Amino acid sequence: MKQEHIVIIGNGIAGVTLARHIRKLSDKRITLISSETDYFFSRTALMYVYMGHMKWNHIKPYEDHFWKKNRLELKNDHVEHVDAKNKKLELKSGENFSYDKLVIACGSKPNKFGWKGQDAKGVLGLYSKQDLDELEKYAPNNKVCKRAVIVGGGLIGVELAEMLSTRKIPVTILVREKHFWNTVLPDEEAKLIDRHIREHHIDLRLEKNLEEILTDENGKAKAVKVKETGEIIDCDLVGLTPGVSPNIDFLKSSTIELNKGVLVNEYLQTNETDVYAIGDCVELREAIGERPKIQAVWYTGRMMGETLSQTLCGNPMKFKPGHWFNSAKFFDIEYQTYGWVFPEPKDGHTDFYWEHEDGKKCIHIHFEKESRKFKGINTFGIRLRHEVFDYWLTKEATVDEVIINLKKANFDPEFFKQYEKQIQQKFKVSKN
Amino acid sequence: MSVDVNMSVTGDSAENLSLQQKLSTALGLIGLFIMTLSAFNIGFQPKVLWMTLSLVLISVGIIWYAKDLYAGKPEGIKNDRIYFKSLTNRGFWAYVLGLVFTGFYIVLYFYPSLLGLNKDGENTGVIALFDPLSKALSGNPASQWFVYGTLYTLAILGFGIKFLWKYRHSRYHILRTFSVMFFQLSFAFIIPEVMARLNSDNFSLPYYNLVNIWPLNYYNFEQYRVDEFISAGAVGIALLIFGVASILVITPILTYKYGKRWYCSWVCGCGGLAETAGDPFRHLSDKSQNAWKLERWLVHSVVVFVVIMTTAVVHSYLKTDQYWLSGSTFLISVGVLLSLIFAWVMIFKREQIQKDAKYAAIGFFVLIIALIVLHFSGMIDNIFLLEAETLRSSYGFAIGAIFSGVVGVGFYPIFGNRVWCRFGCPMAAILGFQQRLFSKFRITTNGGQCISCGNCSTYCEMGIDVRAYAQKGENIIRSSCVGCGVCSSVCPRGVLKLENDSRDGRINSKEILLGNDVDLMDLVNQK
Repeated sequence: MKQEHIVIIGNGIAGVTLARHIRKLSDKRITLISSETDYFFSRTALMYVYMGHMKWNHIKPYEDHFWKKNRLELKNDHVEHVDAKNKKLELKSGENFSYDKLVIACGSKPNKFGWKGQDAKGVLGLYSKQDLDELEKYAPNNKVCKRAVIVGGGLIGVELAEMLSTRKIPVTILVREKHFWNTVLPDEEAKLIDRHIREHHIDLRLEKNLEEILTDENGKAKAVKVKETGEIIDCDLVGLTPGVSPNIDFLKSSTIELNKGVLVNEYLQTNETDVYAIGDCVELREAIGERPKIQAVWYTGRMMGETLSQTLCGNPMKFKPGHWFNSAKFFDIEYQTYGWVFPEPKDGHTDFYWEHEDGKKCIHIHFEKESRKFKGINTFGIRLRHEVFDYWLTKEATVDEVIINLKKANFDPEFFKQYEKQIQQKFKVSKN
Repeated sequence: MSVDVNMSVTGDSAENLSLQQKLSTALGLIGLFIMTLSAFNIGFQPKVLWMTLSLVLISVGIIWYAKDLYAGKPEGIKNDRIYFKSLTNRGFWAYVLGLVFTGFYIVLYFYPSLLGLNKDGENTGVIALFDPLSKALSGNPASQWFVYGTLYTLAILGFGIKFLWKYRHSRYHILRTFSVMFFQLSFAFIIPEVMARLNSDNFSLPYYNLVNIWPLNYYNFEQYRVDEFISAGAVGIALLIFGVASILVITPILTYKYGKRWYCSWVCGCGGLAETAGDPFRHLSDKSQNAWKLERWLVHSVVVFVVIMTTAVVHSYLKTDQYWLSGSTFLISVGVLLSLIFAWVMIFKREQIQKDAKYAAIGFFVLIIALIVLHFSGMIDNIFLLEAETLRSSYGFAIGAIFSGVVGVGFYPIFGNRVWCRFGCPMAAILGFQQRLFSKFRITTNGGQCISCGNCSTYCEMGIDVRAYAQKGENIIRSSCVGCGVCSSVCPRGVLKLENDSRDGRINSKEILLGNDVDLMDLVNQK
């Protein structure tokens, strides 16, 4: 029997997780195609290379000999066209590459909203290895880059600000919302992050939008104009970080059905037979629970990879992610979330908020008013145990049970101060 | 030793030194300069003044520099630009410092006369500079080891304070740093010196740092020491018993409860120096699988070496029948003990050890049995009598001096700060064996939160690829882990926690991480 050839476009967390799991389950031929880097690296760790915490080699989760040893073929090329009818890929190198099963795991690209000057030199997002190279070129130090302006108040924006500030480059952030990442975080947490960003000497401008990027005679960014005030801010670098969207332009010439992302059913299958999609580039036809149809999240990419490997190895499996969780770090403050906490409690829900007097730690819980069923928690500056919250969410614990047993979920290092008593006290006073 | 500054000749780092950092560096270097000059018999008088001045300048330099570097900045991880600096990224200054350290150790171990040690007559040079302090503590003039001990303690205290500032957001680091500072200052430095004061013509105890346990302290059971212990009556016998109990009773109990960290990063002097003065170099350890393989073979070979060496040395004087324990009884006891350990591992822990560890264990066991057979066939004398002394001196040279000192500390800026602990320390290997096979300690991975960023692996001074476990949702249970806790600190997503917990589910191999479909997790993880 002919060995089945599975081709994966993209070597990010989704594609690599899939490849590893298929290898564990089978002997199929597996090829990963990417034009970004030869070897898989952790995208979330790009920032640490620029900050000097790590070198490029450190952010590669597997040693280079891993791929050969596990018979995972790596191809450095760019897919220009997918011919799903003939099961062929046209590559930039001119090669025609055939597959038996195709998995699209090509990730996202930074959003651009049609601003004037958005494609100028010195304007970049922070997503790829190439973005990092550009950043080194335009912002190696504070002499070449006297100021940077970041547009967009989200996770990548704050990472970019932290990165630039380690090279002592003054940073201005323009945020559309009232507070930082206010589209996701409730006001209390968003304000806490506002304060912490400013503590790091970042010029944070709230409720400010970008009007246009001004360029010099060489086509390089030299300033930005703020929409609300008309103010011109001189700068040598503009970071565009207002989110990402699926990187699917190369699929527009194909017969694969697209919307904002590659449309897939619950088996992560596209409209074309033997073509699947996973990770950031996916748009689910049917939303799952409260999850958005497009989720550019590391964990989602990994879970899709884990799931699809089963389907491709003869055990068809629907993508059924468990309870929502996520994490991030804002300069020195760590953030974790389990279950759903929205900017405002949903109808019939209410919330409980506790903040430490130092203004750097807090927890925010949402729960159902009537049944007191626990819905989710945001935690800043205190580490919590994933396993325990997953268990509470599954058994639909009440908020009271969660608060009483909060200590069980503490994941801070040994000897750290614990705040459960304070939290329980405040809960007693405010919610009984 | 205070040269923990960035004097990078590349990039724009150098000019980032603040005025205070420049001044504090200058102070520290002046202190070192005084000490260096004294080696040339400049004849600083009064010595008390110059010695004090030198030590104070070095300490103030380090502490002031650390204060300017960390105080006043928000609490958090301070690893910015580490890989851009010459000193911390194997650049020019790293090699300069490495050569200086290496040279210092070679002089210390093999040419102490260059430091001013005179066999007959009074000290000169650097050693003479330290005479006043030594006389104040023990009543005796200084030796090269006293000078070394003083500088070693100074390094742990000075850079300990720097470490405390750097990690002031973590009470785990604060407590363990105070702990190593305390044990170095008291048990390793002051107490043994003061104990020497108790010695008289009819009472004498060997120099004994109570927390320097055999086999790290490989000479603890040599004849001259054992004789001194015995002649010192009840106190001496108690110390001797403590020395044996330390390794056979105390360490297994503490390691069972807390993992080997109770020793390696809370008590041990080698660990103490590595965690404080060596901290700027922790990321330089090699994380490759090849390095891990080398580590397993090398460190366990040292254990075998030290066990055979010690057995041979002890046997060589016990067989003279001046002691209540006869040579034969001793050999049989060692054989029985090792057989019991071997049998226990092979019967109960087979599945948990690597293939190469099994081969090594079998080889070791065969060797021991062979020696005992040789003993009773009467051929042992030829082997042990000739070789006990040779074994001892070659161990002292190769392991005690070259490995732990010249390479272990001398190469901090090149191979990282735990080269000795990882590749050479037999104590760490024995504690690691206990930790791997019967301890409650583990580093717990927090469900599915890992993002594979690699900070944990990069900053693991023992070269453990922590990420390899964390990204699979597995707990980290490795014999080499010294429990420094830095992986947990540098993790940006709160994924790692060092803890002592029940042994159920301590080792948890997982393929599908928490957060995915529960049916899928069941399907794949439960096989």
